[in-house]
Amino acid sequence: MKENEKPEKGNQIIEEAAQAEYKYGFVTDIETEVIPKGLDEDVVRRISALKGEPEWLLEFRLKAYRHWLTLKAPTWGHVHVPEIDYQAISYYAAPRKRKETKEIDPELKKTFDKLGIPLEEQMRLSGMAVDAVMDSVSVKTTYRERLAELGVIFCSISEAVKDYPDLVRKYLGKVVPYTDNFYAALNSAVFSDGSFVYIPKGVRCPMELSTYFRINAAQTGQFERTLIVADDDAYVSYLEGCTAPMRDENQLHAAIVEIIVEDRAEVKYSTVQNWYPGDKDGKGGIYNLVTKRGLCRGHRSKLSWTQVETGSAITWKYPSCVLMGDHSVGEFYSVALTNNWQEADTGTKMIHLGKNSTSTIVSKGISAGHSQNSYRGMVKVAPKATGCRNYTQCDSLLLSDTSGAHTFPVIEVGNDTSVVEHEATTSKINEEQIFYCNQRGISTEDAVGLIVNGYAKEVMSKLPMEFAVEAQKLLSISLEGAVG
Amino acid sequence: MNALKQYIDLFDESREVIEEQSPTVLNTLRTTAREQLETARLPRKGSEDYEATDLEAVFAHDYGVNVNRLPFDADPSETFHCDVPNMSTCLYYTSNDAFHSSATAERNIGQVVVEPFSMAAVDYPELMEAFYGKQARMSDPTVALNSLLVQDGLLIYVPDGIVAERPIQLVNIFNAALDMMVQRRLLIVVGKNASIKILACDHTQSADYHYLNNQVVEIVAMQGSTVDYYDMEESTPLTSRVSSIYVNQHEGSNVLIDGITLINGFTRNNYHVEVNGEHAETHLLGMTIASGEQHVDSHTFISHNAPRCNSNEMFKYVLNDHAVGAFAGKILVQPDCPRVEAYQGNRNLCGAPTAKMYTKPQLEIYTDDVMCSHGSAIGQLDEEALFYMRTRGIGIEEARRLLMQAFVADVIDGVRLDALKDRLHYLVEKRFAGTLSNCASCMQACRPDIKK
Repeated sequence: MKENEKPEKGNQIIEEAAQAEYKYGFVTDIETEVIPKGLDEDVVRRISALKGEPEWLLEFRLKAYRHWLTLKAPTWGHVHVPEIDYQAISYYAAPRKRKETKEIDPELKKTFDKLGIPLEEQMRLSGMAVDAVMDSVSVKTTYRERLAELGVIFCSISEAVKDYPDLVRKYLGKVVPYTDNFYAALNSAVFSDGSFVYIPKGVRCPMELSTYFRINAAQTGQFERTLIVADDDAYVSYLEGCTAPMRDENQLHAAIVEIIVEDRAEVKYSTVQNWYPGDKDGKGGIYNLVTKRGLCRGHRSKLSWTQVETGSAITWKYPSCVLMGDHSVGEFYSVALTNNWQEADTGTKMIHLGKNSTSTIVSKGISAGHSQNSYRGMVKVAPKATGCRNYTQCDSLLLSDTSGAHTFPVIEVGNDTSVVEHEATTSKINEEQIFYCNQRGISTEDAVGLIVNGYAKEVMSKLPMEFAVEAQKLLSISLEGAVG
Repeated sequence: MNALKQYIDLFDESREVIEEQSPTVLNTLRTTAREQLETARLPRKGSEDYEATDLEAVFAHDYGVNVNRLPFDADPSETFHCDVPNMSTCLYYTSNDAFHSSATAERNIGQVVVEPFSMAAVDYPELMEAFYGKQARMSDPTVALNSLLVQDGLLIYVPDGIVAERPIQLVNIFNAALDMMVQRRLLIVVGKNASIKILACDHTQSADYHYLNNQVVEIVAMQGSTVDYYDMEESTPLTSRVSSIYVNQHEGSNVLIDGITLINGFTRNNYHVEVNGEHAETHLLGMTIASGEQHVDSHTFISHNAPRCNSNEMFKYVLNDHAVGAFAGKILVQPDCPRVEAYQGNRNLCGAPTAKMYTKPQLEIYTDDVMCSHGSAIGQLDEEALFYMRTRGIGIEEARRLLMQAFVADVIDGVRLDALKDRLHYLVEKRFAGTLSNCASCMQACRPDIKK
């Protein structure tokens, strides 16, 4: 909780770590089907069987599992991921459906209502199609029928496997192969659910598609997988939100997001990540170890990543763009806020393979408390990708003298017609600006809030409106006590 | 494959000879170095901090090592001239791995001590004891290798309060008639409120042999001292160089290091600066003009261990043909070091489709009250500027040359010696005109007053 006494100096305000309560920290009392802890081939087979998957998918999982056994967890990140006992995690947890009715459990609905996720009535008002994923399974996808009229497929990936096996088989693992990295291999072996989106040729998706991820069960991991395919001339805006209960133990979240963008298509992927970050002493919290990558395969295709990262004890994620098509465009806008003992190592990769492809990276890091916040990025221009353009800006704002802000960009340019720029600054909040606000009767706390919001505005403005409001609120809650 | 093994074996065979010929202080590090190398491996291309550079391949070549320190008869001061017009310097030579002083050396007598380790160990044993090997990090296998095999080096010592009148010029030449690797070592100790300017030039006289210079430079800048170290390389395509410069800065010291590479084969420059005192100032400048198959990789690390100090870095590369450039720089601000201002810049021109540039600017900040920034850009000459010049009747080649010269000019302007600045402008002009290589082996020929 925020302390009652009002600190006298601005410094004190800043030093006070954000102690606002994590408002999504409740646990839903719902019957959950959890398979026993541990991971071996049998568990992989069992997950596959539980979901009634075809043979090829089981093969894919087993191949991934066997490959995973040969890998070691990566240690290059500027985060301290403790040794994770992969045998102490349960790999499948599903809220049990009531057999008698087709309706979802009212308890479950209440959970999503509490989170502000429109599952039933509200959805009509907000006009947003939502796929809600609790623990390992998708519990409800709204607006499905209306979207189907346009030929848009929006459903959970398990349903997609059943209903559209050819599409899933064609694209699954094509952008992030199971050999990609340790966590990708693990996810490929045990992934349980996630969203599948397919936008057919020439269709502009009429509404925002959204997935809400919720970890509920204890001692489980969440391994979801999202696959988005935008066919020629299609457009879709996709939002992702996540929350988890407050628990003392750490929970693992290792997801994969794959996006394929064809000729002249555009995908906008926005994330507001608010997993439980642990308490103010760094106890508990989610390990968010995610592989996200998009393939701009088509001519003039465009992929835009926007993320607001405020949660998770450890964040390790690099939403990337492989710009394969000529004139393709990649964008990455990120605000990462760390407080207390959180650690974030996030950034992007822009791989330019197509001629005249362009990319923009804007990354804003804010570190408070004892947290460590790193930007890690790579811009690579292949020798044949002539005429490419990249602009990177990464700024860090330090709000306490015990926090750290780091940038690790890598730039490789293989030809003489591409222009790549990188700029980074690190500084603390400008005292003159605070003084200016104070002069106008704005308290230090409000002033810091204003400045931080202004600092993050460039990224916030890229978020869809519904999300921007949430993100802005989130930013101020996460900073409460720390700045404003 | 482990390229280090051949050198470790050589050491094990001839340890007695090496130790016998070296001053005792050099022998004190050999055991540690040997232990380090037991498990160490030279970095391959793609490993951390070596994205574009394969050291293993560089060291794998079968170089001769002058273990027995056989003298080379040629006196470099007779055959080799490396003057900077209008600059009166005290000139010293290192021919392969042997040190020679010249007649001009006497100019600084009574002020600055310049002695090979063999003499310095007798004259200044405490100094050698206190500073030799204390800055360099043995965890770097090339430093360990240098410490393992080095038999002599050069001490430059400026006592407290002395402001050296003349710059010291150190000319390092390769002229052996065989493939050779040398371990050069330099220890520079600048006392309180003292000041010195050093110009080190690396040259290769024969373009027919493979040479490898594995050098370690340690610089200690005491309170209030000023040190300028200009490091210029003008060698041949078969010459490789791995240079590690370690700097230890005390309160209020001001250190400028300027690395200039005009012609080379393979170069890796490591700059490691520890800023240990308040109000210290660090300037790192670098300029590379590379064409053909040249490979230049610079790696900088500045650790701010004290509050209220400044650092400033600017590295510029002009790459043509198949040249490969790499720059990786890290600024570290330790906890409780407020008011640090650190700037880092890296600008690169890629002038050919086959030229490659890798850059990795990094910041690691653990204090909030700092101003740190880095910027990096890779691009081409401004089309509009070129067009403007062409409308004024300047040919395309000339216009390109002018723009490239202007591009590197601010690195040259950071030089704090006017005569050297003029000289560098002149050399860069010649380099871009492509006429520098004609006289790479002898600077005499490119002096404006002497026509070849």
